Amino acid sequence: MKHLLGIEQLSREEIEAILDRAESFAEVGKRDIKKVPTLRGRTIVSLFYESSTRTSSSFELAAKRLSADLVSIKAAGSSVDKGESLKDTVATLSAYEPAAIVIRHPYAGAAQMVAEWSEAAVINAGDGKHEHPSQALLDLFALRRRLDSLEGKKIWIVGDVLHSRVARSNLIAFKAMGAEVTVCGPPTLIPRDIERLGCAVSHSLDELDEADVVYVLRLQRERMKESFIPSIREYVTHFQIDSRRLGPRQILMHPGPVNRGIELSGDAIDSPQSLITEQVASGLMVRMAILYELLAVGGERPAPPVGDESPPPTPIGQPA
Amino acid sequence: MSEKVVLQRDDLRRTLQRIAHEIAEKNPAPEGLAVVGIHTRGAVIAQRLHGLLGELAATELPIGDIDISFYRDDVGAKAPAAQPVVRASHIDFDLTGRTVVLVDDVLYTGRTVRAAIEALFDYGRPQRVQLAVLCDRGHRELPIRPDYVGKNLPTAREERVNVRLEELDGVDEVTISEPQTAEALA
Repeated sequence: MKHLLGIEQLSREEIEAILDRAESFAEVGKRDIKKVPTLRGRTIVSLFYESSTRTSSSFELAAKRLSADLVSIKAAGSSVDKGESLKDTVATLSAYEPAAIVIRHPYAGAAQMVAEWSEAAVINAGDGKHEHPSQALLDLFALRRRLDSLEGKKIWIVGDVLHSRVARSNLIAFKAMGAEVTVCGPPTLIPRDIERLGCAVSHSLDELDEADVVYVLRLQRERMKESFIPSIREYVTHFQIDSRRLGPRQILMHPGPVNRGIELSGDAIDSPQSLITEQVASGLMVRMAILYELLAVGGERPAPPVGDESPPPTPIGQPA
Repeated sequence: MSEKVVLQRDDLRRTLQRIAHEIAEKNPAPEGLAVVGIHTRGAVIAQRLHGLLGELAATELPIGDIDISFYRDDVGAKAPAAQPVVRASHIDFDLTGRTVVLVDDVLYTGRTVRAAIEALFDYGRPQRVQLAVLCDRGHRELPIRPDYVGKNLPTAREERVNVRLEELDGVDEVTISEPQTAEALA
């Protein structure tokens, strides 16, 4: 694995390798010294053209905990403000010889372009309505800790599917792990032909009971340039998940940030079914695992002197 | 590929018993001792030594295991595809002020041990670190010397030392296998 551009490019084995690795980073997070020297001396650039709290902060902390050197650039206040193109910005940053570039951009395919322009491993931290793979991986990680396996589980993705890259990445990820996915929302907020991704579609919450997991999306009002819903109030009436609609055995998830009182009621957010806090906590471990898998395992550096377990020609002490 | 058995089941048992006695002799105050094994086979050997030491000292010593993947000096140099990924360290006692006996199966270049010592220090500041290995095959690349050695195995670099343990491999033995030569393959 050289880049992480989308869940679509990952096999189930690759997904599981990242989740397993994240489990070992969970242990690092419990130590007094929550830092390992793995990526010492390597540079990671984080480049955010859209606002972000969780994703950018957890990627940055993940890089620091792996001992990498981090340069983090937000579009506002950088030369992007002065009209520099993405390509020129990437060319400039490439002068630092980064091992990885973490990028969030409002246009689908931006991460792919950066991967073509740069030698670095590129991690897509959200590109337009396309994908947000690290979010899907951390959701899988949080879910796996609660459920063990997703095989045959029913997952409902509810809300503004149209504007959501999380919906797309998670749909692919949930399916890859063997779950059955239903997307649910008003017809205006469900992309046409989404069934092609192998999910069912519902325009009401009537059959929400069947879901083992209810994954609620944020109503992305900032991306809505036309009127997709008659009114917030009407949306709340038909699609808000509250403690009345949520069954006691259903797991509630949300990628954050939550519009409290719109797609989720306050009592649902704070309910015992809610996995939202665990999702945030998983972000750091999973993003450490992603950086590790791309830079330490899949890295392509010239071979320095080998360690104990790799003397030529074969490892010692460990039968094949 | 020809394989020569150098330690059999009983030899291995006796060897570990001897190491346990040496550890007990060198550390007359068992309260300050702790045993930490290096994944994967070092951790299993540590378990056994821990049992033997517990009998000798009539007290339960703290035991832990440590995974050095994050501390390797060759990170990114190769894809350790065959390695299992779910390995985490487990040290749930305070190392500070203790004598830690680090346990590994085979001592070779010394790089694994260096990494393990570095990892240990992220958990606390042990008063002393000692090293116990089942086999020392030589070819050191770092100034590292074991305190307890089960067996010295003079080997060529091309040879391979295989430690097999009941818990993981269903059999207790140590063997040396010769490299596959071009003629043997032909």
